[in-house]
Amino acid sequence: MVIVHVAVTVLLGVGVFFTLVGSVGLLRFPDFYTRLHATGKCDTLGGGLIILGAIIYHFFHYPETLLVPAKLAFLIFFIFIANPTATHAIMKAAYKTGVEPWRLGERRR
Amino acid sequence: MRLKEKYFGILLTFLIMAAFWILLSGIFDAFHLISGIVCCTIVSIVSHDLLVKGKSEKKLLKSLRLLIYIPWEMWQIVLANIDVAYRVLHPKMPIDPRVIEFETTLRGEFSLVTLANSITLTPGTITISVEPEKGKFCVHAIAKEPADALLVDQTMQRKVAHVFMET
Repeated sequence: MVIVHVAVTVLLGVGVFFTLVGSVGLLRFPDFYTRLHATGKCDTLGGGLIILGAIIYHFFHYPETLLVPAKLAFLIFFIFIANPTATHAIMKAAYKTGVEPWRLGERRR
Repeated sequence: MRLKEKYFGILLTFLIMAAFWILLSGIFDAFHLISGIVCCTIVSIVSHDLLVKGKSEKKLLKSLRLLIYIPWEMWQIVLANIDVAYRVLHPKMPIDPRVIEFETTLRGEFSLVTLANSITLTPGTITISVEPEKGKFCVHAIAKEPADALLVDQTMQRKVAHVFMET
């Protein structure tokens, strides 16, 4: 049980760390596109790791309801498909409406 | 032959839907199972052609290769996050964004989507747009190295082409 708790804590901690890094990147990066780099990627892995931690916790503490971990696993699967697609859609919309990409040396917007 | 393929498509769709219904409901009394079967039948007759598309050559081998491709992709996601975390937390913020364009030999719908999503998930690059007719990709890269990985090395293009057998 101790190993399970350690594993769950590590997974949740790393997940929260990556989500936090995504938020810091959102504030630090200079323009729209680079900000999407930070949020689009960190949310995928951060959310995935947090849900993975929840799966392991539920699996060992409530083994009588195995459907819940299965549903959570599907959640990870859908996040991994939907997140890059949504990031790409926002990116394309910005590019089509003419948001200029930031180049090295310019002022941040 | 055509009709046989259609029935196979309906059956496959029905089986997937039924498995998903049971997984999500988790209740095994007669009412829920029968209503599930009725719903799955209607949906699979109406929209089986959305899930199972005509040509089914070498589908098994392609799925197998896709299964091998996915763990590599997962590892790339981890690398992407470490890369972004490094760039975010580094005091000087080592970024040099640029928009690049390149053409691939891929033409299949599913392979183009896979490549586009893989590009978005791997370190430092996000797909902006795809032109399916020419296989042309427009990609935003956060620095020079990830852009070169797509333009020069083309590891990912070759991997996706290998999975879907479009060389």
